[in-house]
Amino acid sequence: MAEQKTVTFIITRQDSPDSTPYEEIFEVPYRKNMNVISGLMEIRKNPVNAKGENTTPVQWDMNCLEEVCGACSMVINGTPRQSCAALVDHLETPIRLEPMSTFPVVRDLIVDRERMFDALKQVKAWIPLDGTHDLGPGPRMPEKKRQWAYELSKCMTCGVCLEACPNVNDKSNFIGPAAISQARLFNSHPTGEMFASDRLEGLMEDGGIGGCGNSQNCVQVCPKGIPLTTSIAAMNRATNIQAFKNFFGSDNAH
Amino acid sequence: MADQREFFYRRLHSFLGVVPIGIFLTQHLIVNHFAVYGEESFNKAAGFMAGLPFVLLLEIFIIYLPILYHAILGVYIAFTANYNTKRYGFFRNWMFALQRITGLITLVFIAWHVWETRVQIGLGNADLDYSLMEGILTNPFMFWFYIVGVIAAVFHFANGLWSVLVSFGITQTPKSQKIATYACILVFFVISYLGVRTLIQFAYGI
Ligand code: SF4
Ligand code: FES
Repeated sequence: MAEQKTVTFIITRQDSPDSTPYEEIFEVPYRKNMNVISGLMEIRKNPVNAKGENTTPVQWDMNCLEEVCGACSMVINGTPRQSCAALVDHLETPIRLEPMSTFPVVRDLIVDRERMFDALKQVKAWIPLDGTHDLGPGPRMPEKKRQWAYELSKCMTCGVCLEACPNVNDKSNFIGPAAISQARLFNSHPTGEMFASDRLEGLMEDGGIGGCGNSQNCVQVCPKGIPLTTSIAAMNRATNIQAFKNFFGSDNAH
Repeated sequence: MADQREFFYRRLHSFLGVVPIGIFLTQHLIVNHFAVYGEESFNKAAGFMAGLPFVLLLEIFIIYLPILYHAILGVYIAFTANYNTKRYGFFRNWMFALQRITGLITLVFIAWHVWETRVQIGLGNADLDYSLMEGILTNPFMFWFYIVGVIAAVFHFANGLWSVLVSFGITQTPKSQKIATYACILVFFVISYLGVRTLIQFAYGI
């Protein structure tokens, strides 16, 4: 029988949030059409590194396995992307896997994206609809608006845009592009619009939209093709107008 | 409500970069360009600017304070970014990095330039005329220092103009942002030409 073909993975590992990262190499049996996650599953099945030593299985995060949840994001050969959508046949070998550097590492390839959820809270990226009685159907949305808003709704909070942003780092408190675009999404919704100013105020808070430096990496790397820089510019305009309304006074400052 | 000071500081920073600093830069290079038409033309134009009423007040409020504010916050902004052009070599990411680098170069250049000209004139050690600049720029090292400084300043202004259009939400669509890029490239070349041409005149008399 011909010798089994293998794929080499070089993985940056870290045993705990505070321990120092190290690299470990694995030779994984090749299968046709395998993706990075199936490679990681092979390692989990047989946690032996390339030197033949027994080791702990590599930890990673995943959920949907079809590029809609964002949980499996990691840096693959230098590019942050979803490991479930990264096909081994399309990658250069050896395949290097690292955790995203913008987020605190929990273990191995698992990072803590909590800052993204804090950012969504800061800009109130939801539609408050609590009531004790039936409010009836909401206002309708123009079809054209629905079309572009739908694009924004594809965000899966994966963190790739934050990873690529030079202004999201531990020296700054910038919330990053994703939440800015989400504020625009919910402000475009006919019911969400009633709380538009709350989201704009959130964007104007420290760490908000003012932290954007227009490097525009986000729009280049977003796996969902979300027009992040258009969203940022739109929210720039909206927050500036809101700031004027707040200062000079306006009946339409809601 | 949490603090919104940062937002205001950043917007003020962007705005001051254009009004008044960018306008001053353009005006300064246009006035200096009179040197190309001869020593007398330059002395007359520079003399007119220096003879404006309340010139010290104008300088303080239109030039020194805005630049000081822009510089201090600018240095902070430059040092809180994680430059990653190696990994993400996109055009705008390069512009982002260059904007911060040219800002720092411009700061060093302006500090030296103001010390060497305005401060010395103020102390009575020098006179504001053609020969002052001629004396500085015939030294080849200073000539190249000025070339780098002027081009950095103009780049910082032209690219800053592009950013301001985004930060104030004027250019939103990718198309409008692209056309703004071309317009800013044009601004860069036109104003750079004015500045460099003047420096050559002072240095080589041609
Ligand atoms: S905007 Fe795109 S890159 Fe950023 S978190 Fe959402 S899906 Fe990921
Ligand atoms: S597992 Fe959901 S995006 Fe990869």
